[in-house]
Amino acid sequence: MARYLIGRILSAIFVIWLVVTLTFFLMHAIPGGPFSSEKVLPDQVIANINARYHLNDPLSKQYFDYMNNMLHFNFGPTFRYEGRTVNDLFAAGMPKTGALGGLATVISLIGGTVMGVVAALRQNKTADYFVTFLATIGISVPSFVIATFLQYYVGYKLHWFPPVGWGEMKNLVLPAAALSAYPIAQITRLTRTSMLDTLNQDYIRTAKAKGLPGYVIVFRHALRNALIPVVTFLGPFFAYILTGNFVIEFVFNIPGIGQFFVTSISNRDYPVIMGTTVLFATLLVTFNLLVDMAYTLVDPRIKLTGRKEA
Amino acid sequence: MSLPVDAFTPLQHELKAEVINRPSTTLWQDAWRRFKLNPLAMGGLVVLSAIVLFALVGPFFSHFDYKTNDLESVNLFPNWVHPFGTDELGRDILTRVMFGARISLAIGFGSVLINLTIGIFYGGISGYLGGRVDNVMQRIIDIIFSVPDLLYVILLMVVLGSGLGNIFIVLGIANWVPMARIVRGQILSLREQEFVLAARTLGAGTKRILMKHLLPNSVGQIIVVAALQIPAAIFMEAFLSFIGLGVQPPLVSLGSMAASGRLNIPSYPHSLLFPAGMIAVLMLAFNFVGDGLRDAFDPKMRK
Amino acid sequence: MIRKKKWMATVLSVAVVLGLVVTGCGSTGGGNAAAPKEMKMSWNPGAEPKTLDPQMSNGIPEAIVELNLFEGLTRLDKDSKPQKALAESYTVSPDGLKYTFKLRDSKWNNGDPVKASDFKFAWMHALDPEAAAEYSYQLFYIKNAEAYNGKKAKADDVGIKVIDDKTLEVDLEAPTPYFLSLTAFPTYYPVNEKWVKANKDWNTKAETFVSNGPFKMKSWAHNDKIVAVKNDNYWDAKNVKLTELTFNLVEDGKAALTAFEAGQLDGMDNIPVQDIDRLRAAGTLKNTPYLGTYYYRFNVTRKPFDDPRVRQALTMAIDRKTLIDKVVKGGQTPAFAYTPGGIPDVEAGKTFRQVGGDYFKEDVAKAKELLAQAGYPDGKNWPDNVSILYNAGASHETIAQAIQDMWSKNLGIKVKLTSQEWKVYQVSEQKLQYDVARAGWIGDYVDPMTFMDMFVTNGGNNQTGWSNAQYDADIKKAKSTGDQKERMTAMHDAEKILMTEMPVMPIYFYVNNYVAKDYIKGIMRSPLGFIDFKNATVEK
Repeated sequence: MARYLIGRILSAIFVIWLVVTLTFFLMHAIPGGPFSSEKVLPDQVIANINARYHLNDPLSKQYFDYMNNMLHFNFGPTFRYEGRTVNDLFAAGMPKTGALGGLATVISLIGGTVMGVVAALRQNKTADYFVTFLATIGISVPSFVIATFLQYYVGYKLHWFPPVGWGEMKNLVLPAAALSAYPIAQITRLTRTSMLDTLNQDYIRTAKAKGLPGYVIVFRHALRNALIPVVTFLGPFFAYILTGNFVIEFVFNIPGIGQFFVTSISNRDYPVIMGTTVLFATLLVTFNLLVDMAYTLVDPRIKLTGRKEA
Repeated sequence: MSLPVDAFTPLQHELKAEVINRPSTTLWQDAWRRFKLNPLAMGGLVVLSAIVLFALVGPFFSHFDYKTNDLESVNLFPNWVHPFGTDELGRDILTRVMFGARISLAIGFGSVLINLTIGIFYGGISGYLGGRVDNVMQRIIDIIFSVPDLLYVILLMVVLGSGLGNIFIVLGIANWVPMARIVRGQILSLREQEFVLAARTLGAGTKRILMKHLLPNSVGQIIVVAALQIPAAIFMEAFLSFIGLGVQPPLVSLGSMAASGRLNIPSYPHSLLFPAGMIAVLMLAFNFVGDGLRDAFDPKMRK
Repeated sequence: MIRKKKWMATVLSVAVVLGLVVTGCGSTGGGNAAAPKEMKMSWNPGAEPKTLDPQMSNGIPEAIVELNLFEGLTRLDKDSKPQKALAESYTVSPDGLKYTFKLRDSKWNNGDPVKASDFKFAWMHALDPEAAAEYSYQLFYIKNAEAYNGKKAKADDVGIKVIDDKTLEVDLEAPTPYFLSLTAFPTYYPVNEKWVKANKDWNTKAETFVSNGPFKMKSWAHNDKIVAVKNDNYWDAKNVKLTELTFNLVEDGKAALTAFEAGQLDGMDNIPVQDIDRLRAAGTLKNTPYLGTYYYRFNVTRKPFDDPRVRQALTMAIDRKTLIDKVVKGGQTPAFAYTPGGIPDVEAGKTFRQVGGDYFKEDVAKAKELLAQAGYPDGKNWPDNVSILYNAGASHETIAQAIQDMWSKNLGIKVKLTSQEWKVYQVSEQKLQYDVARAGWIGDYVDPMTFMDMFVTNGGNNQTGWSNAQYDADIKKAKSTGDQKERMTAMHDAEKILMTEMPVMPIYFYVNNYVAKDYIKGIMRSPLGFIDFKNATVEK
């Protein structure tokens, strides 16, 4: 286990280095710089800016400087917001994105499992069809459309929740609902299918034959096994929660970090692009590791070893 | 001790039990038979065929084309002439939805074709050669898997510039990893089977074994993954349109129509409802067909 | 059994979370239920300010916030005329090169007195090559400012002198009749030297933000909102009625409008074009003039646009009125010249535009004739791959599509469309990698020069490859004289050349569309896009 973990962490560090390097050079290949604008600045002003932000240094020097700073957890100043650093931006935005993503995670994991179990237990009955219908909306409508509908009809027309903004618990409801629409649908479908599979297994029949009460069979025997496919979905799920945030934060104007995914690139805010890359790559790598470890918890047949087998 | 040959008497009649009564079915016939029994999947297939027909043939029956402006009739609500209404440049939304569906389908199929090619190549080699090569190739896949692909999709789109060809390429590049994984897994489990050994004993080379034996046998799984990746690509393009990196006008996709329709919600909701509805129907159909295919090709479901 | 309990606990805790979520939705939010004496309002300036350091900022959202937090030597009135603000009085030397300002007694919101040295400190900071301020060129009118910023002169050579705490003397490079208006702009605001030196990054958070304007900062939640309250230390505090001014920082126009209509916001600019008809029908839409021109550039270094007749033909062959009514929608003015209205000419009461008049007419027949003369009768021989370049987003796309269609119908020529991402598009324009490109220009100050000096040979903002010696000479002449009549004549001459040679095709002059609740009174909107809430009131 320990050996496995060390191996995984070393490879994670390698992955992050590779991703950072790739992004660094790709980013500098994009036309336009952080301070290019519609109104062209006088040459000497551009020269001053380039000197201040070391944009005239050879790319290799910029790269090594960046890597060096990164090792010291210094992600540099943002080029867009004068006087603030990438660390400042993330410190301000992380709690908001975290709250939204956390709520969406809770809603999708629990909602999806419950709905999936209900649908499986009531196979081909009204409840099943209703749940299946709800779940299909989530996978068939783009999130920006769902977000827009929720914002306009539920927020603005019905006045149930504030359509825009941040600050109170009620502000979180619509964005979290929009963000969880897709994963909740996936989890519901996965749970339903694998629950049906599991309920047909011999050991469940045995349990039934023994006369165990229904909820014991469901919770103790069936669900645990039925959740394995859900765990496999967790990796993509966290990736979605992290990156899907952009659309939701944009539509509902939430001051989180999801926006930087897109705005940093359109602003050519190099340090923020790099910071976003490092942050998201680290989170993804960590989540993937956690998910792999979660397998062993839900499925005792899987053991973590130094090598992964197919 | 040995028995004399004449101690055995041959059976006088053919063993009835060994006769294959059931006509032999190929993998395809078998899958199709099971697919037909699945009402959701069949429904999805019918709807999907209808949409493809609608997208390919529909525009020929329309009085309008998807790009000519008519500034005298902008933003009309649905009426007899324009059943879906018109957009901000007076273009018929029905025609645009048909044309947009065509482009979206092209994006779906085109990008999946690309990731299929990469995925089969990569996964096939990795799975068949196994050993150290496989190990290295799998490490690479692990790495790519933990890269925030959205970031690269955006970066690449900005570097390459938006355009239909670039969307194919970028979405193809972004989505080949799951395909490669499936192909490798299939090949890995198949190559240990007897028929591969038999083929090798008969002197078949690596290429032949891969192309003639391993790939055809994993085609079912590949189709299943492809069927589910097509809608994913259509979704991704919609997202790119949302951030302004989608197809180039006057070309339209369902995604780009929905993205611009989003801004119309309070004033002209029909310009969002129709393309978004079309996306939803298309996604549903693809998902049902994909699920149906998975069940149909799944050997465990064989009864 | 233990495991079962865990499950039950999980289910219960979810129920609690969901319960919390649901109970949070009782009230409908919004609603500015203010106590009688309080007067609060909120506005969306369009985006999170990049910075609120007046010297380091150069955008409209930044200027809108700074205008209400700071006070300069002058402040623009409702006619965009500079009125004395921190300057109690001023004198100008006869040659127009030396300005001497006497400051009134006033304080920073932390109680420190505002001194002449605060101005010098701020301006020198903007010019400091190390600070690398983007808008430093707004100060290049001052003697040796450009040289110092380009490291060709010493700091002491710059023509800003502090005579005493209350007297500031400024020497200019050349006579600049609009210099007083410039002193009302953020780049010319003072900052509290003592405080700034002691507090690095003072301008990034509310706790350390010190200003001298009608309002002072109370809180700044980045990307969310800035709350400002009345500044009792402001010299003219008795005329400030608002007690609290909130800037809700919403970048998506769609989200902002929803917030406005849901009562979460009292006013906003940048109305999405899709909503304009509806808002106008409902009577909510308002507009004020905006000093800007929307136009297309022709790349005169490429065929067929090297021929002025082609450029003229294309310019005459579009229907601006239809384009505005059906596509752009905001009630903009069709442009038949480059410089927009709203800039005073020499003669009192007349604008530069009124004096100059229109330089061309829309005339399809004439356009066809010109195109035929140039060798493209009815669009024959027209090259295949001519394309209109624009940046993705906003209505640039629909405008380009409409113009493409008009050229096709009226002249029989086919052009393609190329959309590029915002900064990629800028680079293409600057490197002349386009045939026809969409462009827009918003004035930096209220004088024709902010439009006219763009197209001098090799000017950074020319971006058409066009060059004309007479035009250059006219602009040079206008820049070197302080005599308004002479200046204006030279600039009219220059505009005439520009509009005959037609390296650019004017399409429309901007207006500023906005919405504001009816109970909001007294906001002052400048044609440069600034909004002054100093005299605003809420009358419910």
